[in-house]
Amino acid sequence: MRAGDRLPPLEIPVTRTLIVAGAIASRDYQDVHHDPELARQKGTPDIFMNILTTNGLVGRYVTDHFGPTAVLRKVSIRLGAPNHPGDTMVLTGSVEATDGGTAVVRVTGTNGLGTHVTGTVTVTLPAEEATP
Amino acid sequence: MSGDQAYDELGARLKEFEGRPAAVAGVGKDPVNTAMIRHWCEALGDTNPAYTGPDAVAPPTMLQAWTMGGLTGHRGRAGAYDELLGLLDASGCTSVVATDCEQEYLRPLRPGDEVTFHTVIEEVSARKATRLGTGYFVTTRMEVRVDGEPVGTHRFRVLKYAPAPRAPRTPRPRPVVNRDNAGFWRGVAEHRLLIQRCTACGTLRHPWLPGCNSCGGPDWDTVEASGEGTVHSYVVMHHPPFPAFDPPYAVALIELAEGVRMVSNVVGVPYDKVRIGLPVRLVFRRYDEELTLPVFEAVNR
Ligand SMILES: [Zn+2]
Repeated sequence: MRAGDRLPPLEIPVTRTLIVAGAIASRDYQDVHHDPELARQKGTPDIFMNILTTNGLVGRYVTDHFGPTAVLRKVSIRLGAPNHPGDTMVLTGSVEATDGGTAVVRVTGTNGLGTHVTGTVTVTLPAEEATP
Repeated sequence: MSGDQAYDELGARLKEFEGRPAAVAGVGKDPVNTAMIRHWCEALGDTNPAYTGPDAVAPPTMLQAWTMGGLTGHRGRAGAYDELLGLLDASGCTSVVATDCEQEYLRPLRPGDEVTFHTVIEEVSARKATRLGTGYFVTTRMEVRVDGEPVGTHRFRVLKYAPAPRAPRTPRPRPVVNRDNAGFWRGVAEHRLLIQRCTACGTLRHPWLPGCNSCGGPDWDTVEASGEGTVHSYVVMHHPPFPAFDPPYAVALIELAEGVRMVSNVVGVPYDKVRIGLPVRLVFRRYDEELTLPVFEAVNR
């Protein structure tokens, strides 16, 4: 694990099911995350993924890569273009800095509209995995 | 323009909410539990073995989920946050979208942990125009605890905004026509700009008044203005915007060739080309079915 290391991209099909299931699993019942008609009344073309799901996917992307012993310390994300059903989000990431067993990973998620999410994840790895 | 903020009275009121509590000793509706962890992992396709089995921990990114009010909300939420949202709703900022989430995890949450949370309104931004609409970013900072010990922090930013799809254009305000100025507006309807003239002393006056400022005489007749004039003074309106107008635009005090002055718009030239002394000529511009107004165009002399 070194600064500059790139994580392999992860493609997430943004299905209606993922958006609704993610919203409900995160206890978010805002209508824009499950009701297309009410979403349209609020000026958006369709339902869109809630921020908690995006946050969870960013965390998953990093732990998928570093393995089950990796521990998330911080996840900071900013949302841009919404994730609507039928789109695909591609997560990419690179190690921005390392300090002992801790890495700061820069993550970007792009979809058909542009950048859905940019974020920074701080993750700690157990000692034996931190030093290759 | 720096004056923007000065006019934002709502923004100033919202700013006063900074530092006030949004939730005091909130209690998670469910203790951390394996069912909700599994549902989360299923939804997000997260197969990390750390989240299953007898030593399972919760995915750290579930932090906020343990504090959510679900369909029925939380009782006992501090009034300040509802009050803040209420003010925004009342101002037309009825839509909300989350924009930022910053979480720090101090220790993993395990099944059985009962979370409490304390939330403070950390910051309310100045009014911002965004692609979605104009509104305010509201940042809250939540501290999550188990048995009184901090286990994580959660900073959350939402944009509370008035959706951008524009309402049908508001018509320009109607003139107030009364007994004293009805003759002026009859003239406008005939595309004639009429100046009042005192029949006692001959003094011209505008705007129309029931009596003469020079001699007090009540009787009058009219003179039709030639339409020639110059800009005596002007202001450029940038802010605040009024629904019927597209700022910036120039509001000018026009000195007519006859010597009286009237407030009008200078049209047909960029607002920043309007100058004191600019020669102008009267035109009647039709704004809608029912409204035609005397305005002035710049002329080259
Ligand atoms: Zn007079």
